[in-house]
Amino acid sequence: MRRQSVILGLLLGPVTLFLGVFFLLPLLIIALFSVLTPGLYGGVEWAFYHWNYGRVFGWADGITEIYEPVYLSILFRSLGFAAMTVGICLLLCYPVAFWVSRLPQRWRLVFLFLITLPFFSSLIVRLYAWLLILKPSGLLNGVLMATGLVEAPLEILYTPAAVVLGMVYVMIPFMFLPLYGAIDNLDRAQVEASLDLGATRVQTFVKVMLPQTLPGIMGGAVIVFIPSVGNFIVPDVLGGAKGLMIGNLVEQQFLSARNWPFGAALSMIIMSVVLVVLLTAVTRARKRSDTR
Amino acid sequence: MTALLEIRGARREFVTPEGGRLAALDGVDLDVGANEFVTLLGPSGCGKTTLLRAVSGFETLDGGTIRLDGADIAALPPFRRPVNTVFQSYALFGHMTVARNVGYALEVQGVPRATYEAEVAAALEKVGLSGLGGRKPSQLSGGQRQRVALARAIIAKPRLLLLDEPLSALDRNLRQQMQIELKALQHRLGIAFVFVTHDQEEALTMSDRIVVMRAGRIEQIGTPRDIYRQPKNRFVAEFIGETNLFPVLVERIEGATALARTDAGVVLAIPAEGRRAGERVTAILRPTDLALAGEGIRGTVTRAVYLGADLHLFVQPAAGGPEISVTTRDVASLPATGETVHLAHDPARVHLLAEA
Ligand SMILES: Nc1ncnc2c1ncn2[C@@H]1O[C@H](COP(=O)(O)OP(=O)(O)OP(=O)(O)O)[C@@H](O)[C@H]1O
Ligand SMILES: [Mg+2]
Repeated sequence: MRRQSVILGLLLGPVTLFLGVFFLLPLLIIALFSVLTPGLYGGVEWAFYHWNYGRVFGWADGITEIYEPVYLSILFRSLGFAAMTVGICLLLCYPVAFWVSRLPQRWRLVFLFLITLPFFSSLIVRLYAWLLILKPSGLLNGVLMATGLVEAPLEILYTPAAVVLGMVYVMIPFMFLPLYGAIDNLDRAQVEASLDLGATRVQTFVKVMLPQTLPGIMGGAVIVFIPSVGNFIVPDVLGGAKGLMIGNLVEQQFLSARNWPFGAALSMIIMSVVLVVLLTAVTRARKRSDTR
Repeated sequence: MTALLEIRGARREFVTPEGGRLAALDGVDLDVGANEFVTLLGPSGCGKTTLLRAVSGFETLDGGTIRLDGADIAALPPFRRPVNTVFQSYALFGHMTVARNVGYALEVQGVPRATYEAEVAAALEKVGLSGLGGRKPSQLSGGQRQRVALARAIIAKPRLLLLDEPLSALDRNLRQQMQIELKALQHRLGIAFVFVTHDQEEALTMSDRIVVMRAGRIEQIGTPRDIYRQPKNRFVAEFIGETNLFPVLVERIEGATALARTDAGVVLAIPAEGRRAGERVTAILRPTDLALAGEGIRGTVTRAVYLGADLHLFVQPAAGGPEISVTTRDVASLPATGETVHLAHDPARVHLLAEA
């Protein structure tokens, strides 16, 4: 028993240390900074300061800090974009994952490799490729106009649509893999049993397949949702950097505005909101799958 | 009266991984009556599951027809067929409670709540699971899961119930108990059962008729007694129960009996009807058709297996040839291994196959 716990300690020690130093510590620093006073030329002054939060939620003094409702609306927009990204990824990936799971073994491996292929090149490069595709004189408009589908070039670039499109593109592999895992593990016998008992294909999908693949759906949704809320690269490149999403705002505070405490406060807000959203979603999904 | 289920010339081919073709069903004809208990029996891979799946709609035939109540059902998807299945793996819905599993067929039909509840309770009661409706399948024993699968399959009152080796996962005692319960349930429900097994004992005890299959074909259809006493060929004889096969040459006819001799020299008395001297046939004697006696086939006991009420002996005939197996009652004076014994039989109990 004692020896076991020593071995366990040795095995877990490095991981614990690593997470403690590189994950927990920065988190604590951010939490701390978020309630400190911003220094005049960047940095912090070691005095308690709650207006970092006040600016966002509405208790600013109106002199040193001004309440701006735009922060909250940017936060909500970010949540909305992230939710849309999750939804579109899910709709795209579910049928494809289903199809792939029924391919012969060899083709499945090829497909899974293709799905991971984008990771082999830099995200920025890939986003600039999208820029070339979407711009008014770009590939997409070229094709649309050549085929006569549109008269004038579509203004897609630097719109919310471009941002969501870009995020869906970036996030698809993260949705696909957990979903594929769940669908591949689907018990075919249960699907047959459902059909055998008189359930139509739609009923079988809703009552048997969906609940059975729910862990994969939730897993994919969580993995896609979290980075989507705070994403700033995609809106930077495809959204025209107009502070479209909360991630851009954080980025600005830390880099150009040099207001670290406010950036830290925004980060803490994103984190808590994401946590609350996810916990409610997961518990509600779990509860629904338990009852008729 | 036409049969409930009529299968004619059913063919199904699969492409093997090596690229060849394999006929899982190779021209199967079968009729099942409205409340008959029919068992499909055969070695692994002979096409039993494929035949059931063709009836339930999960396998399309390459040839032949399946009629239910006289109507061709080829075009009906599985969920439109009044046929339900008890799957070998049970295939219970793991995310639903036992009650919801059982009521599933009614739930998807949109049966009103009150009827639904009453029917589910009745079905659970029927299989002896009242009170367990709130559990998840993972919280049940193997036997209980089996019952849930059964209750789920009968709740919508199918015309025909297909059971694919439903008892193979159960231990011996539970299996025997379930055999009796299944048979009783079939009687009470008055619906037809097509039951798959590769346990010949199970087939003999439960069935109205047994269908013996081999390599996609039906070798013989008959009552358990027919199949056991009058197998059509060596395969059926050897597959059902233990058998002594004697390829013999008929030597001479003596009134109602004929004398026949194996190549090794074992002499048997067989029914004379239809026989002529010089003919080659195969004589079949079940172990219970032989008895220890003062005279008859002489041989040495090589092995004795004690079975409780019975004793099973393996006797090496003095004349040579394969060992003969004999089942006798457990009586006071039993031969020991190595002892010389004589085996007698009633010529009328010998079944003959034309093939040599
Ligand atoms: N989907 C399939 N693809 C290729 N071959 C198949 C397929 N399904 C069945 N077979 C082959 O068809 C033959 C009959 O299979 P089937 O499952 O009907 O046998 P079975 O009699 O039920 O055997 P068991 O007693 O082992 O369950 C087997 O040789 C099997 O390998
Ligand atoms: Mg089978």
